[in-house]
Amino acid sequence: MTSRIQVCAGTSGVSAGADDVATSFKKQLKEQNLDTKFTVVETGDRGLFRDVLVDIIFEDGTKTIYERVTENDVKKIVDSHLKQGEPVKKLLVGKDYEQFFKDQKRIVLQNCGEIDPKNIDEYLEREGYTAASKALKMKPEEIVEVMKESGLRGRGGAGFPTGLKWQFCQKAKSDQKYLICNADEGDPGAFMDRSILEGDPHAVIEGMIIGAYAIGATEGYVYCRAEYPLALKILRHAIKQAEENGYLGNNIFNSDFSFHLHVKEGAGAFVCGEETALMASIEGKRGMPHPRPPYPANEGLWGKPTNINNVETFANVRHIILRGANWFSDIGYKKSKGTKVFALAGKVKNTGLVEVPMGMSIKDLIYGPGGGMKQKKIVFKAVQLGGPSGGCLPESLIDTPIDYESINETGAIMGSGGMVVMDQRSCMVDIAKFFLGFTVAESCGKCVPCRIGLKRMHEVLEKITDGKGTMEHLEFLKEMSQTVIDTALCGLGNTAPNPVLTTIKYFEDEYLSHIKEDSCPAHVCTPLVDFVVNESKCIKCGVCYNACPADAIEWKKKETARINQEKCIKCKSCITECPVMAIS
Amino acid sequence: MYMTLDLSKAKKLIESYSGKKGILIPLLQDIQKEYGYVPNEVVKLIAKAFDMYPSKIYGVLTFYTQFYTTPRGKHTIKVCQGTACHVMGGKALLDYISDKLEIDDGETTHDGLFSLERVACLGCCGMAPVIMVDEDFYGGCDFKRIDLILQRYKETEDN
Repeated sequence: MTSRIQVCAGTSGVSAGADDVATSFKKQLKEQNLDTKFTVVETGDRGLFRDVLVDIIFEDGTKTIYERVTENDVKKIVDSHLKQGEPVKKLLVGKDYEQFFKDQKRIVLQNCGEIDPKNIDEYLEREGYTAASKALKMKPEEIVEVMKESGLRGRGGAGFPTGLKWQFCQKAKSDQKYLICNADEGDPGAFMDRSILEGDPHAVIEGMIIGAYAIGATEGYVYCRAEYPLALKILRHAIKQAEENGYLGNNIFNSDFSFHLHVKEGAGAFVCGEETALMASIEGKRGMPHPRPPYPANEGLWGKPTNINNVETFANVRHIILRGANWFSDIGYKKSKGTKVFALAGKVKNTGLVEVPMGMSIKDLIYGPGGGMKQKKIVFKAVQLGGPSGGCLPESLIDTPIDYESINETGAIMGSGGMVVMDQRSCMVDIAKFFLGFTVAESCGKCVPCRIGLKRMHEVLEKITDGKGTMEHLEFLKEMSQTVIDTALCGLGNTAPNPVLTTIKYFEDEYLSHIKEDSCPAHVCTPLVDFVVNESKCIKCGVCYNACPADAIEWKKKETARINQEKCIKCKSCITECPVMAIS
Repeated sequence: MYMTLDLSKAKKLIESYSGKKGILIPLLQDIQKEYGYVPNEVVKLIAKAFDMYPSKIYGVLTFYTQFYTTPRGKHTIKVCQGTACHVMGGKALLDYISDKLEIDDGETTHDGLFSLERVACLGCCGMAPVIMVDEDFYGGCDFKRIDLILQRYKETEDN
């Protein structure tokens, strides 16, 4: 075995230049005749966003991790570390890195950033496909029982018990059944499915093989959004490798079971994350949901029994089969078992993917792996859970444990696991308007409450953020929210009012400031804000003058800056750039 | 500018899908990869080949945001308007690019170099605010970085 250089090159890594770093390593090693001693491997993303992460793993197992590596650092690392054994100190990962991983329990993400997703052998070395091989020797009913006992619930959002879902489909009688993996990750704020597909595609394929055998499906689809080009490329490659190894196709694992897996690219419609809409889309139609029943387990794709699970759900399956239902159900809390991956973003120090056991409190997640707020001077205000179907929780609720029921009680939902942390510079009315704007744009238009109700609500929110709101508007929002929840056809509409209801429930004072005082406390709703420089705070540095794209800032050396309100386009560049927060 | 469309490639693609089920979306995706958009003439060909009404095909084309029925610019700039990007200033980026290129969401610049699109979420929330040009992601964007990115594409074009 040779020593190994791992470059994290998922979408996040690549955008920070991981491909160039990897190429540069290969070039340097070749030039210095070290390419027989070191192998360069491009892995998926590990979860922590720190530009390009690079591991140096020597033959004896000693491992050094570098962060924010650029092309220009490569020669230094090769010369100093690889040749002389002297690590390059200024690029070593710091305490943040350690803190990010310390309290995590990585099951689903265990291979992400650690193996080469394009090389099936690396997956095989880590117990790959042993679970599928084991499962195919079991009876399908036994597998369903194990899944039921494990307590695994759908990770796509609703949290329906996976074993039960499989059982419905298993019991349905038909000459043809289908298994679908929902990788149409459309929630703004969630990116775990993409990272799993990019970093450990075989884990998803293996979960699907087990699921297909359990329900008796011979054809499967992964429905992945087209906005994920790298995930699609890696997934297609992985499927090909699995076919070559006899894990997919006819008579897999030398059994009499056959399973063919296909990839379907989504075409850009959020509603296609809803299972009946997703199936319509695979059939080549407009992705519109239909009322249930009939449930997909009886009449799904092309009218045949179909089972749909999400990427993260499938990635859990192999571990349950290998280690047993009890091992899995020992992790977690009350009725929520196992771990959940969250996409932590916004105003926290460490952004990225975090996998924690169910039951951890939101606070422990934000201040543990998240490392707390981004800068000392910014204050936690709210955390948004579950994207456009979820809600905003205030500080008083951040001790809420992460499990399906506890989160539902607050009015938010677990959703697919988006978690965006906001500070005092985020306006809750604006956030509600933002999410509703999203669902209005993505509503398929089939049912009236969603098509028209949400639109009217959005108009009212616009009035409020423009300073034209009344108290009747607030009542209207509450009433219409309930109507849409009760009457919309599918999950998109049923949950769309959640962001509005939770912000009214927990941040009503902000609505009242907009309505009664014509003021936006967070200085976000621009019609209600004039930006001014606080003279006592201004350090006369001129950063704002340079940042302003509209030439609205008047400033000379050693003088306080001033904002010309007529020219100001309220873009907030100056606020963002000001080093002392003197503009508000 | 009027150009006759070379329909032979479309015909070949249509042929390669005959006899399969659930083909409409992948076929339209392939057509768009070939032509950059889905031309009216091709819609007619598909309708004829698969015995569908053109209105059904238009129904699908206009439902999904990915499809275009008019030619696109050489590079497509997608500006993420997801939650994390919204909180980190994604809207200001969109307005800035829109002003700079003098086009609105969904439009193409006069020189045919850029098309601008707002998208719901690119799934890179860890590096918000994000834009995507063709298939390349650019994270942690501010106005200065946008200037540099656009400049780079313009320069490549000039050379």
